[in-house]
Amino acid sequence: MSSFWNIWVWVLTLGSLVGCLILLRWCLKNFAGVKEGESMGHSFDGIEELNNPLPSWWSTFFLLTIIWAFIYIAMYGLGSWSGLLGWKSSNQGILNLAESKAKTSKYLHKESGILVQYDREVAQADEKYGPIFKAYAARSIEDLASAKKVDIDFDTKGELTEQQSALLQAKEALKVGQRLFIQNCAQCHGSDARGTTGFPDLTDDDWLYGGSPEAIKETLLEGRKANGMMAWEGALGEQGVKEVAAYVISLSGRSVNPDLAKAGKTKFGMCAGCHGPDGQGSLALGLPMGAPNLSDNIWLYGGTQRAIEASVRNGRAGVMPPWKDILGEDKVHVISAYVYSLSQN
Amino acid sequence: MQNKHETVEKNVGLFFLITVLAISIGGLVEITPLFFQKETTTPVDNLKPYTALQMEGRDIYIREGCSNCHSQMIRPFRAETERYGHYSVAGEHVWEHPFLWGSKRTGPDLARVGGRYSDDWHIAHLIDPRSVVPESNMPSYKWLAETSLDGELTGKKLETFNWLTRNRSHKDENGKAIKLYSDEEIAGAKDAVNGKTEMDALVAYLQSLGHALK
Repeated sequence: MSSFWNIWVWVLTLGSLVGCLILLRWCLKNFAGVKEGESMGHSFDGIEELNNPLPSWWSTFFLLTIIWAFIYIAMYGLGSWSGLLGWKSSNQGILNLAESKAKTSKYLHKESGILVQYDREVAQADEKYGPIFKAYAARSIEDLASAKKVDIDFDTKGELTEQQSALLQAKEALKVGQRLFIQNCAQCHGSDARGTTGFPDLTDDDWLYGGSPEAIKETLLEGRKANGMMAWEGALGEQGVKEVAAYVISLSGRSVNPDLAKAGKTKFGMCAGCHGPDGQGSLALGLPMGAPNLSDNIWLYGGTQRAIEASVRNGRAGVMPPWKDILGEDKVHVISAYVYSLSQN
Repeated sequence: MQNKHETVEKNVGLFFLITVLAISIGGLVEITPLFFQKETTTPVDNLKPYTALQMEGRDIYIREGCSNCHSQMIRPFRAETERYGHYSVAGEHVWEHPFLWGSKRTGPDLARVGGRYSDDWHIAHLIDPRSVVPESNMPSYKWLAETSLDGELTGKKLETFNWLTRNRSHKDENGKAIKLYSDEEIAGAKDAVNGKTEMDALVAYLQSLGHALK
């Protein structure tokens, strides 16, 4: 803050406080020329104004608030002066995240002499929760998820063997993972992780990008962007869309008009590049574009004839956002363990 | 000393003046200096102007009153930053006219909602919020997908923002102010939004939120 604005703030603040004091003192004096409690000399409809002084409880509280203002300024500062406590709520002057981190560590090293409330809060929480998440992260996703199938048949309050406390820790990690899932993932995948139209079910064995612990964690950290199915309406025409859709429906063993399906099969070559020659999906081919398996009767965008035709006609492109920067790797690890555990039955 | 208080009480103009003086002091101390502080007028390094489509989306956000239920201001509490990300700083908002900080959170804060959900999710959610969040009490905005933009005023809006931010834009290496929008961008604004739906614009705006602090 420049010295002009510093002086501006000081003069106006202290000036108005002193002004309030003077005003209060002035108003406590009797200038009316009438004794306290006596009539001011006019009445209206029988209601008479008396020369009553300011109530003493009111003027006392007014005085106390002014005194409190001085105490408050001394503690928390004014203008560029940061007060006796050296307190600040946050670092508002930062221009990028690197600066934010640098200032936070400055608090941690206690070099600046300013206590930044937010930074302290985070540092204290890291001290408390950091080791817990580190301990979870040190164990593999399979290891944590395997606790799902084991029941606790011992007294958790008694003395625990190493194996028992490891089991308890993994159970706890899965619970933490579930809470983080509900907070961050349920908006798309649902609080039961069963997904909805356009957002995959995570509890089944059908995966777009792989259901191994490593693949799940990578999906969470980096996000996924489907190559995107193009809109085939232009290339196929409305009749072609119907034919291809009929063939796709037949892949999972449902009955369709055989003539349509037969015609669709000849056009399916264009689809096979991503979905595979038998519609088994890109994952089965070891490809990363996230094209669903069309032969398993699990339908990301709906399995009715109408929905499948719409997918062929208009195309689809699902996006999973990356969470590395938002949640950090340790929390993603715990969520990955929870998600992995869902399909391990 | 005579009864001065009576003079104040019986002259409404004088009483008005003194009242205005008394209540202006708080603003003069707490608000006025902010217009001239470096930290409240310098854009953060990665702040980017809204594109023409995002700018239209922002106007739809204002028109539909989104800020009545959604704030765009992450306060510096850990409980809040755990959910929403880094707390908001002044430098992220120096080009906002008006600010859309909001003061009420019936729905969640949106200051860093950009990139958290896919475009498909936003569209599904705006058409029928309960299709993706069953416990949501947000109204449906399905008409946005059916109304399209003509872009008649988009160029003028960008020009207006050039003027509004004239003292607070990024500076080039010679310290010269860089305008938010070039003349070509203003001239091309109409074509950039023409034919797009209001849904496209609003989703583009939402996806742009919160990337400035990097």
